[in-house]
Amino acid sequence: MAQHKINYLQEAGLPVALTTVDKLVQWGRSNSLWPLTYGLACCAIEMMATGASRYDFDRFGTIFRASPRQADVLVIAGTLTKKHAPFMRRLYDQMPDPKWVISMGSCANTGGMFNTYATVQGADRIVPVDIYLPGCAPRPETLQYALMLLQKKIRTEKASRKLAPKRLV
Amino acid sequence: MMRSYSDKQNVQKKPYYSDRYFVAPQIPKEAVESDEIFANDVKVLKERFEIKEAYIQRGQLVVYIDPKDNVDVLTLLKDTLSYNFLSEHSAIDWLAKSGEFEIFYQMLSTSKRKRMRVKCFIKEKEVLKSVITVYKSADWAEREMYDMFGVIISGHPYMKRILMPDDWYDHPLRKTYPLHGDEVAQWYEIDKIFGKEYRDIIGPEDRDSARVDVKDTYRFAHINHEVPFGAEPSQEKTNIDYQEEGGVFIVKKLKKEDAKIVKERY
Repeated sequence: MAQHKINYLQEAGLPVALTTVDKLVQWGRSNSLWPLTYGLACCAIEMMATGASRYDFDRFGTIFRASPRQADVLVIAGTLTKKHAPFMRRLYDQMPDPKWVISMGSCANTGGMFNTYATVQGADRIVPVDIYLPGCAPRPETLQYALMLLQKKIRTEKASRKLAPKRLV
Repeated sequence: MMRSYSDKQNVQKKPYYSDRYFVAPQIPKEAVESDEIFANDVKVLKERFEIKEAYIQRGQLVVYIDPKDNVDVLTLLKDTLSYNFLSEHSAIDWLAKSGEFEIFYQMLSTSKRKRMRVKCFIKEKEVLKSVITVYKSADWAEREMYDMFGVIISGHPYMKRILMPDDWYDHPLRKTYPLHGDEVAQWYEIDKIFGKEYRDIIGPEDRDSARVDVKDTYRFAHINHEVPFGAEPSQEKTNIDYQEEGGVFIVKKLKKEDAKIVKERY
């Protein structure tokens, strides 16, 4: 049997890494973003495609969860109607901190083409949004890109960031 | 209950443009006698009910009846004249013109291969009998008609709004209903989630899709040139580096040229 000898001083250095708590914690958080299985309209089809094998969200550590208690990202994928708005707010409230929101597609961003009485004119009227993703519907690559930007954003944040004073209760 | 909404200047009642010489195009109406089956149908109907008007339009029979007869007429059509489908049922808003709704029942006979339409006029507050005992498909159609037009139906087992929330004010498909919603509709989700006192904090809806704001440059970033919120827009391409290259402290990317192939085991 081969003797496994490692010369710490020569090969890969000492098994010691110096970093900050912020960096470590946010590194962990950004690499296991669990979005909520939550689709509202046609954007949800693209979101499902992103989660499936071809585009493969799993390689970012992003696994869809079926419960808001286990999720930390809310992807608002589709048209948010006024009838549904209270339910979405409730789901958002049920998610534990820290949590992030991606507003996916024109409808969630601004109401999109539904400039009518029944559509919420932008999901940011209900919940604070981190990333606005344009498109109708955005392609899976776009959602991936948004997720990577969100990861990047999270890595620049402080681990114990004070919860931003919420405009909305 | 929400307070009732009264529009001070109802723009929808005042047409902003009218062409005096415009005549709305009409599909030509043919006499009922031109079709044998329809002629017989109308004959059978006329024996029992008051038929106000009957004609054929685009190969379909149109019959105007008294709204009180609606259940009996439809029962006769189903049982005797074998119109076995009620495919559509809704209302048309003529409130501005005559204060009435035009109710229509679109029916199909699969054995006769014919379609016919039973129509009647009711006043705004008049109660219409439910035809759910005759056709089950009238269930949701009547609920939708109540939801969208406010046509009052009697004898429906579950008379509730079907599309809009239960506490919605007014009926959206009426001609007088503004497209962007009345005040109650515009603040609906804010009032419901946060309460009325949050109206000032959140502000009114931005309904102008063509609006350009000077701050938009700072609110929105170009794709592939993302900058943090409020920062100056940048010409530099966003560097989406995979974390192995960015120097995450544990993970390192393998560089082929740095790799050493060991010939001999230790």
